[in-house]
Amino acid sequence: MEAYVQKTPLEKLKPPVTHVGVIGWVRTNLFDGWFNSLLTLLTLYFLWEVVPPLVRWAFIDSVWNTTGAVCRDADGACWSIITTNLRFILFGFYPYDQQWRPLIAILILCGLLFYSRDRNHWNKYFGYGWIIGLVVMGFLMRGGLFGLPGVETTQWGGLPLTLLLSIFGLTAAYPLGVILALGRQSRMRAIKVLCVVYIELIRGVPLISLLFMGSIIFPLFLPEGITINQILRAQVAIILFTAAYIAEVVRGGLQAMARGQYEAAEAIGLNYFLTMRLIILPQALKIVIPPTVSILISAFKDTSLVVIIALWDLLKTTQSTLSNPEWMGFSREAYIFVAILYFLGCFSMANYSRRLEKELSTEDH
Amino acid sequence: MKRFKLLVAVFLAVVLTAGIALAGTLEEVRARGHLIAGVNGGVFGFSMPDDKGVWKGLDVDTARAMAAAVFGDPNKVKFSALTAVQRLPALQAKEIDVLCRNTTQTLTRETINGLNFAHVNYYDGQGFLISKKLGIKSAKELEGATVCVLPGTTTEMNAADFFRANNLKWKPVVIEQTAELNKAFFAGRCDVLTSDMSQLAAQRSVSPNPAEYVLLPEIISKEPLAPVVRHGDDQWFDIVNFTVMAMINAEELGITSKNVDDMLKSKNPEIQRFLGVSPGMGKALGLDDKWAYNIIKMVGNYGEIYERNVGPNTQLGLDRGLNALWTEGGIMYAAPFR
Repeated sequence: MEAYVQKTPLEKLKPPVTHVGVIGWVRTNLFDGWFNSLLTLLTLYFLWEVVPPLVRWAFIDSVWNTTGAVCRDADGACWSIITTNLRFILFGFYPYDQQWRPLIAILILCGLLFYSRDRNHWNKYFGYGWIIGLVVMGFLMRGGLFGLPGVETTQWGGLPLTLLLSIFGLTAAYPLGVILALGRQSRMRAIKVLCVVYIELIRGVPLISLLFMGSIIFPLFLPEGITINQILRAQVAIILFTAAYIAEVVRGGLQAMARGQYEAAEAIGLNYFLTMRLIILPQALKIVIPPTVSILISAFKDTSLVVIIALWDLLKTTQSTLSNPEWMGFSREAYIFVAILYFLGCFSMANYSRRLEKELSTEDH
Repeated sequence: MKRFKLLVAVFLAVVLTAGIALAGTLEEVRARGHLIAGVNGGVFGFSMPDDKGVWKGLDVDTARAMAAAVFGDPNKVKFSALTAVQRLPALQAKEIDVLCRNTTQTLTRETINGLNFAHVNYYDGQGFLISKKLGIKSAKELEGATVCVLPGTTTEMNAADFFRANNLKWKPVVIEQTAELNKAFFAGRCDVLTSDMSQLAAQRSVSPNPAEYVLLPEIISKEPLAPVVRHGDDQWFDIVNFTVMAMINAEELGITSKNVDDMLKSKNPEIQRFLGVSPGMGKALGLDDKWAYNIIKMVGNYGEIYERNVGPNTQLGLDRGLNALWTEGGIMYAAPFR
């Protein structure tokens, strides 16, 4: 009996097609058992019902550049409300022939923000760049020098106003919030009580009531003839409000620090400020990035509340367009447009925070 | 500490001097170089920005007429958009010089709120809009109706009063946003939409099928809408008051922005007094004698601003009705200029 010896290697069999490739992926991920199969089918049916009509409405049957009367006869979306009123929605009462100025200001701002995404770019010169950029933006918006006609803040509106309120609001609220959190942890009784009272008072009232106080009650206490800029009042209210929330989030981070960290800092002879700056805050602030960002995102959206004190932010200019009889009833299109703008803002904030978390992570992967 | 004391001193100085420097509104407006008028900002035909951000409307033109009277330039006015809650405090806190924000003249506003209402620039009234299909001819037949109404307004209270007074049951459907409220009505969520007549007519004109809706004959409230100023400055009140009256008188005298220059040659003593050809009227108000001429030349008479903003040829398509001159069946009637 001769032993059977396989001389040539067997042909390698591929795994059955039902287990690899597209089909395999579909099987393991979508039709894995009867329950998941059912869910998949339901989802597919749902998409089939929703997506084609949506595409038809938003793109195929839509009209883009017509009058309101034509829109009324169209089957699809009436994007004409956006294209016709775009400049008012974006820039509000800013003088029509000067609207290139806020446009450039916004572009500068977006450019600076985008460039700041990479932390390798953060150095002294880029800091100067920011300062110059802000001065240029302020000059462009306000005018009054070098032959640019002046534009009063009462005429600012739309997107620049929304960005102004949120970006300055958030940048000012963050350090204030950190200081309040530190104050609340302080061993000095007076400071601690002050901070606790402030935080609890502000958190105890809705933002709307702060805005109302700022715009309606506050001026009644001012001496006659003195008025404070309406935008500034709203800005301060937003800063005070957001700072109180940030303070509580940061406090959470501070409490998460192990006692040993403080003791180690003391052991190497660091004073309070150095302890905080070098040891505690870098770690604590990193821990609280996710909740901080969600506060910043909601503060960004909350700026639309300035509508109630008649500042014409992005949402208000859009609503105003909707009360023109020619465009009445096209609120869907208008609100979708505004929602997209807000989404862009919120999504880039969330995106950046995820990136920051990853970069700052000290854990081994 | 020293710096703190200095700060307090400066603050007190500012407060005190501001308290002393109580000039009349006219001087303040002149010194500032422009008028500040509070407006609504969201009512088409009365005050709303167009797609270029330029203010348009009946209330806006009324404020422009005041600027023309004071400065001889209708553009020397800045508009401040105010919400319903903000409008009265803004006037009291001197943030605005005059409020032209379709505000109804009422007893408590005149007295408790310390305001003076000038001559009415639009007589409105609350009414009902219903679908023709219901076959209802009078608001008294609205037993058990669902009514779309904006919450927190006099409109809501007036409707409640009306239904209670007539012993009718009703179901209010309250929706905060005007646009959404109207949408709900035209989608058939309620039988009746109630609001000011001017608003209802505007809504109907842009609805999908305007012919399917009718306005009921009942007008359940009086809404005399007028410019408002603070108590305590009679000269400024007179200026605002007679600016509105000048526009009404001009229409009565047949003076329009087109023929005002020809009218300067008129032999009619009334017209001569009005246009400042024979002086005196302007001086009495503390203004230039050309003040009325400027209003008519630059803004127009009442009929003109009505036709331009809300009249039958606009999208609102409102008939003159109560707002016609007293000589033509309305109640627009102004004091003589002499």
